[in-house]
Amino acid sequence: MDKIGVLVTHKPLPYLEQELTRRGCRLFRLWESPESCRLEFCRENSSEIRAIVGNSNFGADAATIDALPKLEIVASFSVGLDKVDLPKCKERGIRVTNTPDVLTDDVADLAIGLTISVMRRIPSADKYARSGAWKKGEYTLTTRFSGKRVGILGLGRIGLAIAKRAEAFDCPISYYSRSEKPHPNYTYYSTPVDLASNCDILVVACALTEETRHIVNRAVIDALGPKGVLINIGRGPHVDEPELVAALVEGRLGGAGLDVFENEPHVPEELFALDNVVLVPHVASATIETRTAMADLVLGNLEAHFLKKPLLTAVV
Amino acid sequence: MAPYLSISLNEPPLSAQADIKRLTTCSTKFLTEKKTNMYAFPTNKPVTVTSGGLPPILVFRLLSDEWLLVLSTKFTVISPSSPLSTSARAALVSAAYNRVDTDLLNQYPSLRCIVSSGAGVNHINLEECQRRGVQVANVGETHSINVADYAVGLLLDVMRRITMSDQYVRNGLWVTQGDYPLGSKLGGKRVGIVGLGSIGSAIAKRLKAFGCQISYLSRKPKPNVNYKFIPNIYDLATESNILVVSCSLTKETHHIINEQVLQALGKEGIIINIARGAHIDETELVQSLVKGEIRGAGLDVYENEPNIPKELIEMENVVLTPHQAVFTPESMGEVIQICIANFEAFFAGKPLVTPVVAD
Repeated sequence: MDKIGVLVTHKPLPYLEQELTRRGCRLFRLWESPESCRLEFCRENSSEIRAIVGNSNFGADAATIDALPKLEIVASFSVGLDKVDLPKCKERGIRVTNTPDVLTDDVADLAIGLTISVMRRIPSADKYARSGAWKKGEYTLTTRFSGKRVGILGLGRIGLAIAKRAEAFDCPISYYSRSEKPHPNYTYYSTPVDLASNCDILVVACALTEETRHIVNRAVIDALGPKGVLINIGRGPHVDEPELVAALVEGRLGGAGLDVFENEPHVPEELFALDNVVLVPHVASATIETRTAMADLVLGNLEAHFLKKPLLTAVV
Repeated sequence: MAPYLSISLNEPPLSAQADIKRLTTCSTKFLTEKKTNMYAFPTNKPVTVTSGGLPPILVFRLLSDEWLLVLSTKFTVISPSSPLSTSARAALVSAAYNRVDTDLLNQYPSLRCIVSSGAGVNHINLEECQRRGVQVANVGETHSINVADYAVGLLLDVMRRITMSDQYVRNGLWVTQGDYPLGSKLGGKRVGIVGLGSIGSAIAKRLKAFGCQISYLSRKPKPNVNYKFIPNIYDLATESNILVVSCSLTKETHHIINEQVLQALGKEGIIINIARGAHIDETELVQSLVKGEIRGAGLDVYENEPNIPKELIEMENVVLTPHQAVFTPESMGEVIQICIANFEAFFAGKPLVTPVVAD
C-alpha cells in the first residue's frame, strides 16, 4: 500500500501500531491531542486521512467524519459500533468494519468470571486473606452460583456464549430479545422487567442503540431485587448508573459485576466501599490473544479495502 | 422440602453461623490433629426427646438449633448421654468432630446406619462398618458444586486479573494511569485436573464449556469419561497450561505438587488449589512464583492456615482466598435435607440416598 493516512483514535496495541506502520500507513495519533483540539487536528491532516481505526471509547462521530472529506473506511477495534455514526457513514459511502467473533469467548468468560466473583465475593475474600484478618476469624458465607437462574438481555453471539457457559453450571437460562429465538431450552420474556423478575442474575449482552439505552432502569433494578445480581459487559449507557448506584448503596439490589460505565474511566466512588460489587476497567476483550486477533481483523479489513477486495467483517 | 427451613440466600440464621464457624475452623485442622474426646454433646443445649413413635436417631453433636428443630419433626433425637443411645440403630455424625472407629462401633453396637454431615469420609473406618453391616452415607455432591464453582472463579480471576484490576479501579488508577495490563485467554487452554472425583468432574464439566481441553490424573482411568487420562503427575504438568488440584489428601498425594511438577508446568503455567494446602510443597510454590518459573496461582488452601506466606501476599499474579470454597447457605440447607432423606430411606428399609462404600 502507498502511505495511507490512518487516524488512530486511541493508544493501540503495540502489535497493531507496528503492523500498520510496516504495511505502509502513516499514523495520526488522535489520542495524543487534548480533547478540545481534536477536530482541529483532524482538519489539519484531512488531506491525508483515508481511514480511521476507532475503539469502544472513540469511534467516528458526525463532526469527525465531516472534518475528513477523504475518509473511506472506519475499521473499529471493537465489536460494538455505538460510537460510529453509521447513518452518516452510509450517506457518505464510508465502509465500516468491526471485530465480531474473535472476542466472543473472552467477553463471555469475563461475564461468568464477574458473576462468580460477585456471588462468592472473591476480591473481597482476597483482601481479607491478605490483610491478616483471617487469623482473627472466618470470612462470611457467600452465595452459590450453580443452579441460579440466569437472564440474558440480548441473545446474540455473546449472549449465546454466556448461556452455554452458564448451562455447564446447571443454571436455567432465560432471555429478552426483540423477537423470540429458536432456542427451546431457553425461556423467552418479552420485556426486560419480566426477565428481571424471573432471574437471579441479569446479564447485559446486547448492542447499544437508541432503544437499549438505559434498558436497565429503575423498574428493572427493582424487579431484580435485593437478592439479584446485575452483570454488565455491554456498554455503560445500557444502565441508568445513578439508579444502579443508589440501589446498591441502599441494599435494594443484591450485587453487581461491572466492566463498563457511563463515563469511563470514571467509576462512581460510592461503589468503592461495597463488598458485593466487582469493578473492572473495560477488560472483557483484554487478553493478549484476543487483542491480537482483533488487530489482525482490523489490518485484514484495511488491507482488503485498499486492495479493492471484499471486506472481512463489514457492517456498512 | 421442609417449609420451616428458611435459610436465606445471603445469611444463615445466627445460631447456625456460630456452628458453621466452628465447623469451618475444625475441618482443616482435623486432618493434622487427632482429637481425643470427640463425643461431647453440647450440654448447654437442652434436648427434648419427643415420644410419639418417631424413629430415634443418635446425634453426637448438633451443628445448630436449626438442625435440632428440623430433625425433631421427623425423628426422636437422642444424645450420647441418654440411656436410649446404646439401642439406637441410626446415628448422625459430623466430619469435624466425630471419628467412627472400632471404639465407637463397640460402644453403640446397635448402629446399622451412620450418616455423616459432610463430603469427606476419612474420619470413618469404612471397612469396619462394612464388616459389621453398618451402612454409611455422606451428603453426596452438594459441597462439590460449591468447590467446583470456586475453582473456576479462581481460575478466571487469575487469568483475567479480576481481583487486581478491581483494586486498580478502586485506587483511582484507571483514571490516572490508563488501561490495566492485558490478561490471558482461558479458551483453548489445556487443563490438567488432579483427581477426577465429584469435585474434579464438576470442574471438568464447567471448564469444557469455556473451550478448555481437559486431561486428568487419577489412580486408574475413569470409565465413560471423555477426557484424556494421564497416569502420572509430571506428564500431566508437562502437557497442561493449568493444573487444578482436586483430589483427597492421603499419604500418596501429600506434596504431589513439588518442585519438579512446577518446573514441568512451566513459565506460562497456572496452578489452582481448592483441595488441601498439603497437596502442594508451599515453599517450592512460593519460590517458583518469586522466580517467575510459573505464571500465577489461585489458592484457597495453605499448609498452615490461617497463615499465608508473606511473599504471596505481596504478589499481583496470585489470588488468595481464606478456605472459602466449600460452604454456601444453599449447600448448608441441602445438607440437612440430604441427611433426613438418608435416615428416612434407612427406616423404610430402602437403599440409602447417598451411600458411601469402602473402595
